Amino acid sequence: MKVFVCVKNVPDTAANIRVVGENSFDESIKFLINPYDEYAIEEAARLVEKEGGEVVLVTVGKESAIKTVRSALALGSHRAILVTTDKQFLDSADTAAILQKVMEDDGPADIIFAGKQAVDSEAMQTAYRLAEGLNIPIASDVTEFSVANDKVSVEREIGGGEREIIEMTMPCVVAASKGLNEPRYPKLPDVMKAKKKEVKQIALADLGLTLTSETKLVTLEQVPDRSGAKIIGGSVSGGVAELVKILREDEKVIS
Amino acid sequence: MTKVAVLIETTDNEVKAANFGVLTAAHGDGHEIYAFLTGADAEGCKAVLGKYGVGAIISIEGDGADLQAKPDLKAKAIIAAMKEYETSVLLALSSSEGRDILARVAASLKVPLATDCLSVDISSSTVRKPYFSGKTIATLKMNGAYFLSAIRPNAVEPAEAPAEAAVISFTAVVGDYDGLVVKEIKQSSSGKVDLSEANVIVSGGRPIGSEENFKILEECADAMGGAVGASRVSVDEGYAPHSIQVGQTGKIVNPRLYIACGISGSVQHFAGMKTSKVIVAINSDKDAPIFNKCDYGIVGDIFEVVPALTAELAK
Repeated sequence: MKVFVCVKNVPDTAANIRVVGENSFDESIKFLINPYDEYAIEEAARLVEKEGGEVVLVTVGKESAIKTVRSALALGSHRAILVTTDKQFLDSADTAAILQKVMEDDGPADIIFAGKQAVDSEAMQTAYRLAEGLNIPIASDVTEFSVANDKVSVEREIGGGEREIIEMTMPCVVAASKGLNEPRYPKLPDVMKAKKKEVKQIALADLGLTLTSETKLVTLEQVPDRSGAKIIGGSVSGGVAELVKILREDEKVIS
Repeated sequence: MTKVAVLIETTDNEVKAANFGVLTAAHGDGHEIYAFLTGADAEGCKAVLGKYGVGAIISIEGDGADLQAKPDLKAKAIIAAMKEYETSVLLALSSSEGRDILARVAASLKVPLATDCLSVDISSSTVRKPYFSGKTIATLKMNGAYFLSAIRPNAVEPAEAPAEAAVISFTAVVGDYDGLVVKEIKQSSSGKVDLSEANVIVSGGRPIGSEENFKILEECADAMGGAVGASRVSVDEGYAPHSIQVGQTGKIVNPRLYIACGISGSVQHFAGMKTSKVIVAINSDKDAPIFNKCDYGIVGDIFEVVPALTAELAK
């Protein structure tokens, strides 16, 4: 079985983001594997450990993304393809077109895993566009996955805690959510081995694609934190009475 | 005047209240609104949709295809309706259903889509939406033949704009597709109010200590018609299901009132609730970081303060 996993190099969710200029940010912060992609990598690794085959990571990112690709390779994947660009933000249609081209050139897979969204641009649609381009089915927000008789069965979280049970033909795209699995921690030997695994680097320009770039990031604005709470003191009963009065009469957020 | 289609979400033939903000966003400065409805009784939705400015309700059916079980065919039917009624804009709720269908429509039409939008400006094809989990807000300009946007629940304050809604039946020729089929929908035991659409949320962190103790939060939430949320720690400890986790790897919520009980206030937790209108923290640790970035705080034991708050609300 051949499995692709789409992996994005993103800023650590704990990092502070400092906006620079109109629409950039200070990138001298820690970058790592997009959190949702970790579930995708883990699920792919488990599948191939069971069924045999190989897990191929595909990343579109800056050259510095190689560090993230190496750390992802320590999590049960076999090799990686990194398409390098000088932009952190490509729109989803462009990213999907690049992923599709790379996958077509590398040869078809049985399943493609991705995270349901990247935590930087949060567009939540690249996996759908990739599936459309490859003309295969896609399910996102996936919290359970299994394969039997050339069919993929997934559970997908929908509103109010309800879940859809979906069946897809293969090949297909599965976009992972939290809960799909518990990603492994890499052991030192895995990290050492990952350093020797093949990473094919391709410059975006060499793919010969015409990108549409129909979604433009015009501005990026910092959202300031709230300045701090008004602490309501006094007795418990006095405090809650004052709070309820504020919420009802001043803030008007409850009736 | 632009023709704007809005994908309406219903539960048991009732229009979900979260749609009203989307309709208000669609209305803008007097656009013509087409409500796209699938799998629901259009006549029964007429009055409520008319109240929010809908001129036409397009009741969409596939020619014999089960659109609810086959989202790809549903997307196809919606595209057919967009072409038939010449709506160049399609808005929906940024819910799991809305995002899923809009992404299928956008991918199929090869046009831009913005999800989780806080606001839209139809005339300039721009949206404002969070980047980096709410640490920044991005303004995106979309230059496609169609403008597709999913709007975060509660992001736009609903405003009534009475209109006379006419019901039009539309049958799309969608063929069949067996690549993806929804086999079953499993109901959840928890959560009466959908967290991401709730107006009030009472959330619990580690000090809650057990699944049972969530009851005090439920009672408090019930007193305000709200829902219960949980921090990552309380989900990881098994006190609450992942479906009610608020934060970076959980639900993004946007209530009018968010009450954090025993939650220290990590960056990742704020990623899920930062846009709440009012944030209240109840925590026994007066130095908890959450007090530095919320609106109101009570320093105290949640097992004393929360029940007292519930009692006060009942007065």
